[in-house]
Amino acid sequence: MNTPETSMEAAGGREELPKGAAVRLNVEQASYAYAASAQSAPTFTLGATSFQARERELIAILGPNASGKSTLLQLIAGTIAPLSGRVELEGQETSRLDARTRAQRIAVVHQESSAVYPALAGDFVLQGRHPYGRALRLASKEDIEIARHALAQVGAEHLAGRTIRELSGGEKQRIILARALAQQPRLLLLDEPTLHLDIGAQVELLERLRELAEEAKYAVVVVTHELALVAEFADHVVLLHHGTCLRVGPPSAVYQRELLEQVFEAPLDVELGPAGRPRVNLRARRSEDAT
Amino acid sequence: MRPLTMKRLLWTCGALTAVLLGCVVLALKLGAVPISVTDLVVNLGRMAMGRSNELPSEYRLIVFDLRLPRILLGILVGAALSVSGASFQALLRNPLADPFVLGVSSGAALGSILALILAPQFALLTPLGAFLGAGATIAAVYYLGRREGQLDSATLLLGGIITASFLSAIIMFLMTTLAGRDLRGMVFWLMGDLSTPVPAGLRWIFTVGLLAGIGAIYTTAADLNLLLTGEREAIHLGVDVTRVKLVVYVSASLLTALAVSVSGAIGYVGLLVPHAVRLLFGSDYRLLIPASALGGAIVIVVADMLARTVVAPTELPVGAMTAIAGAPVFIYLLRRGMR
Repeated sequence: MNTPETSMEAAGGREELPKGAAVRLNVEQASYAYAASAQSAPTFTLGATSFQARERELIAILGPNASGKSTLLQLIAGTIAPLSGRVELEGQETSRLDARTRAQRIAVVHQESSAVYPALAGDFVLQGRHPYGRALRLASKEDIEIARHALAQVGAEHLAGRTIRELSGGEKQRIILARALAQQPRLLLLDEPTLHLDIGAQVELLERLRELAEEAKYAVVVVTHELALVAEFADHVVLLHHGTCLRVGPPSAVYQRELLEQVFEAPLDVELGPAGRPRVNLRARRSEDAT
Repeated sequence: MRPLTMKRLLWTCGALTAVLLGCVVLALKLGAVPISVTDLVVNLGRMAMGRSNELPSEYRLIVFDLRLPRILLGILVGAALSVSGASFQALLRNPLADPFVLGVSSGAALGSILALILAPQFALLTPLGAFLGAGATIAAVYYLGRREGQLDSATLLLGGIITASFLSAIIMFLMTTLAGRDLRGMVFWLMGDLSTPVPAGLRWIFTVGLLAGIGAIYTTAADLNLLLTGEREAIHLGVDVTRVKLVVYVSASLLTALAVSVSGAIGYVGLLVPHAVRLLFGSDYRLLIPASALGGAIVIVVADMLARTVVAPTELPVGAMTAIAGAPVFIYLLRRGMR
């Protein structure tokens, strides 16, 4: 768990932590409730959730379906305001930023992006410059340079001239990530980015995110239900279950067998790998009966 | 990477303007009374130099009092319908969206007809009725399209289609029961017709309204590109989605109402032109909107020229021309694009 004392001090903005990294995102006792109308009882609530993300850190928001992951993502992205508590990016509440400023600071990558009309991948990446332009937003030399750099960061320079529709799932995901990087954000938010990827592309994406966090000093927050990937790549895990934040901490602290079995409603084996990271294996019920 | 540049924007629009001017000259020349191009150029020159009193009187009447106003009206109507079609397509992320599909045209038509039936002695009330009819339809369709406080694209489109068919039924009912007197004129107008000149008092309002509507939509062109990839993504890329939608929805509806009030329900233009432009020049709205405006103007000028000449001296409604020519061309362009 993150210590409550430090998160209180962090409200003012950048705070030097032992690791030497500045706090980018500070989520403090943030909660939310959905209701059909203002009068009726809420149909879903997200209980008070607190965690922080520093630069160079990869935070995973982990939980099964309907655990409140998407709600928390929207709170962080600032598209909804918390019912209580605060969600701050470098000391400013994300929901109070205007759309333009918010897009300059937070980039959100969704699981799938569908262009109705075919667009070239390079031009798609240039859309990331939208929050910096005015009126017609004809691309400047600088914009093109930034877009090229973003494509290089995801290893997709060769895809610039292809249309989005021609790309494979993994290639498409890289282009969407490049567009987010072209926004030059302070915080990179990803919503189930591995959902439509095969295992090779999943690992490649997470490795790339790790690299980006390290080299370009991004704070990265990934919403996912992929237990194995989180165990391998995340610095901190925010574990959600039925709208309640159960644990916040490094994978080794959060990955406890009984806890994960209860949250994911599946028999699991958790063991500690050689690098100090936990490993999760699915245990079939049949083999359990046999032993 | 092939981002839109100012150079490409200006070249494309310049080329389309040249085509439009060529079509205008041709439309001035052709008609029940043929006129030679040389005479036309000489007289247009005189006109431009402010020496219009030197013109032969039959020229003045045919070319400048009859054909030219009609061509200018066609240019404005074509531009308005195409831009509103392109806007609705982006707004609803639906290639089938069109002022006609959404029922806005039917609402405007019904408003006009009601004005004509209730107060036939006041000609000015017809376009006013179209305004009110379109305005009420927008409000109704907008209301139908809202779900949980959000404008829902699918519900909006469905609401529009239902509204359109409902209003068409009322128009049919009114026409068959009440209007025995001038049924042919009304059918003409319903199918889209440019032969009725715009009353002098409305010309400026009409022109300024159309240009303002197109201009307002153009300010959101870059936002519309993002809206096309998805509303949620547009929000995360810094688009004030609610504002953009409102601006585009109101402006596009205004364009439709103005166009219908002066020329009736000319179909296919709002659907056909933006798609043709997309296949020719790409789908970037910063280019698509001005190119659609010019393309729509070209299509209407040519269609009206054909409507005047194909079975001369009888005239066809221009809406019939756009429908007959529109469908096959559209299918051709669509199939070519898919290859």
